[in-house]
Amino acid sequence: MKMSGARMLLECLKREGVDTIFGLPGGAVLPIYDVLYDFEGLRHILVRQEAAAGHAAEGYSRTTGKVGVCLVTSGPAATNLVTALQDALMDSIPIVAFTGQVPTHLIGNDAFQEADNVGITRPATKHNFLVKDGKDLGPIIREAFHLASTGRPGPVHVDLPKDILVKEAELIWPERVHMRSYNPNYDGHPGQIKKAARSIVRAKRPVLYVGGGVISSDAHAELLELAELTQIPVTTTLMGLGAFPSAHPLSLEMLGMHGTYYANMAVHHSDVLLAIGARFDDRVTGRVDAFAPSAEIVHVDIDPSSISKNIKVDVPIVGDCRRVLRALVEAVREELHAEVPQAVREGRKQWQAQIAEWREKFPLRYDWTDDVIKPQYVVQEVSRLTGGEAFMVTGVGQHQMWAAQYYRFKHPRMWCTSGGLGTMGYGLPTAMGVQAAHPGRLVVNVDGDGSFAMNSQELATCFTEHLPVKTVIMNNNGHGMVRQWQRIIYKERYCAIDLPGIPDWVKLAEAYGCVGLRVTRPSEVGPAIEKMLATPAPVVLDVIVDKDECVFPMVPAGGANTDMILVAPTREVREKAAKSQTGF
Amino acid sequence: MSNGNGVEPRKHTIAILVENKFGVLSRVAGLFSARGYNIESLSVGETLDPTVSRMTIVVRGDEFVIEQVMKQLHKLIDVVKVSDLTDDSHVQRELVLIRVNAEPQHRNEILRTADIFRAKVIDVTPSSFVLEATGDEGKLEALIELLRPMGIQEIVRTGKVAIARGPKTRARKTEPAQKRPRVPDDPRVVGFAD
Ligand SMILES: Cc1ncc(C[n+]2csc(CCOP(=O)(O)OP(=O)(O)O)c2C)c(N)n1
Repeated sequence: MKMSGARMLLECLKREGVDTIFGLPGGAVLPIYDVLYDFEGLRHILVRQEAAAGHAAEGYSRTTGKVGVCLVTSGPAATNLVTALQDALMDSIPIVAFTGQVPTHLIGNDAFQEADNVGITRPATKHNFLVKDGKDLGPIIREAFHLASTGRPGPVHVDLPKDILVKEAELIWPERVHMRSYNPNYDGHPGQIKKAARSIVRAKRPVLYVGGGVISSDAHAELLELAELTQIPVTTTLMGLGAFPSAHPLSLEMLGMHGTYYANMAVHHSDVLLAIGARFDDRVTGRVDAFAPSAEIVHVDIDPSSISKNIKVDVPIVGDCRRVLRALVEAVREELHAEVPQAVREGRKQWQAQIAEWREKFPLRYDWTDDVIKPQYVVQEVSRLTGGEAFMVTGVGQHQMWAAQYYRFKHPRMWCTSGGLGTMGYGLPTAMGVQAAHPGRLVVNVDGDGSFAMNSQELATCFTEHLPVKTVIMNNNGHGMVRQWQRIIYKERYCAIDLPGIPDWVKLAEAYGCVGLRVTRPSEVGPAIEKMLATPAPVVLDVIVDKDECVFPMVPAGGANTDMILVAPTREVREKAAKSQTGF
Repeated sequence: MSNGNGVEPRKHTIAILVENKFGVLSRVAGLFSARGYNIESLSVGETLDPTVSRMTIVVRGDEFVIEQVMKQLHKLIDVVKVSDLTDDSHVQRELVLIRVNAEPQHRNEILRTADIFRAKVIDVTPSSFVLEATGDEGKLEALIELLRPMGIQEIVRTGKVAIARGPKTRARKTEPAQKRPRVPDDPRVVGFAD
């Protein structure tokens, strides 16, 4: 069948099962929008800035398990998109991004709105393509979706020169995708799995350390089974939140820089550490030579290059988390048939008691006051009033960490946050993508006043596309996280952190046709959240919070995880932190 | 990243088979710059299968760095195969062109040296010779050292190419035996004829 490249693109997207595209038109992609005009079966959501299209695709993808799709024009649109691509790369989110390009004969000519799109996105994607011939378009789209969604998922970019979109070509649609150079390994090595099972069963102080890979591979049920079978406590990374229920007795919640005391202590003192779909990021490990120093480390990951990258691993297992966990559960069952030595049983009992003691000693805590709103309390109220059944999205900063610490996670694929890149401005557009994928469900964006400002224009998209996202701004009139570092590590030399109360977020929300609410007193928080959740329109709830509040525990960058700062710092603590500081 | 217990950094010769596609060289080069690995030399050429190119890269690093380099290369979608030839039995060659001052009192000595090293004189002017030599690193370094006192004007090196020895030939799958080997006109391959 012959058709224009533009029609072929949309036809192929439909065949790939795409139902929603986030995009913004421009000269180079006008042929596509011309076909889209009366094309059936694809919803196009017009964003207000291209990075938002990318983030929306991320939110759509993370919460559905499907590939998210965005479409933008050439040059400045493509460069605007780059942040979202890098964000998806670092958090392994499968999206396919299409950009327009100047016609083939003008490429390299410094034509109007030309940029070396594939050159720019190369390091920010899992793979990218420049389509040079219309007949390649079908096979390239097949490969793009295949690459994005298999192996370690990630963003794939396809650059579309305008002449390719205009010219007619034969649609070629390969039924199967085969790439000789790309064959991810899904099944873990049986010998290694057996070895891991043996270590687990004989461990006296085991911990499961779980990352976003468990969510990407939908392995939460298998994880729960393994944890309950072996009674091993579970800590998750920022990206792994939701993979294991926060309220489960075995949950240690998050580890790392702002992890719980008990998670970091347990990992540090473990004798067997089972890392599943996590990548030993520096925000998790702290100083690497002090990370889990006495543990035998088992690492399950789909990406061989994640293994032994930062920390030397004793039992590497390359494979899909779900399949490996399933095999591991079987292997552990076999091992359990044999008699478990008395010493191991004793050790495990002591370990449980030790962890209980750590939990008791330093639970997550903050000081309540009746006058100022504590941001942690706001998250607790959101958690209580949504019953953990809302999709949660965040910006980047203190509020993100409080959301991670205080929200009670029940289900996987309901938490979206910019983990690897730490992209301020991620919240609203991502929440929009989540809402587009789940009409009628509650989507809450817990944002900071700094982060929200970076993409607040998307309130227009929320309004016009009927995406009733609920944003809670933890308004501390500044870049709180930066302020926290300057307070603790830079001797209170506050610099470039004040965002003194402008804009008026209520008025801004109203200017965009959304509902704006504001609270300033703790007693108003609950009712305001209830009102927000009950409003069918997009809402911005401006919560004026205590600007002096800091996120604790905190491991200063470059410090060991046992060097946690647990309470508001005294001078000695500040000096200690300044000493162990090796870089922001 | 080294954990401190890796062996000392040393040079590794890595062979990479890549899809002969648009942009593949920049993918490989970009990987090295993005991750801060140092390439000492890189050479590229087609293989018997025109859809596959072969790169030979010399990179310095300890065991952990090299393991990462290999894994990261393999992660590139267009990379078909990566092998570290360093500890396998292999031969490697490099070609160098040297333009050296040819003062009358030195001309004989240069020619004798060239002869000993089986270098060819491929261009002569009243004041200079251009020599072509192939060999392994040690041989080429020795030649250059001997010529240095005469005044070397310019050196151009191809970077190393390497091939495994014996029956364990590399990349069988992509180089079907029935295909007649083409005579390469690429000077980078000349080293094999030494
Ligand atoms: C795009 C971008 N620019 C800068 C930063 C550095 N940064 C990290 S947190 C932060 C402050 C965030 O402020 P806000 O969104 O108000 O959140 P808060 O920490 O106050 O909760 C900054 C500037 C970043 N992460 N991303």
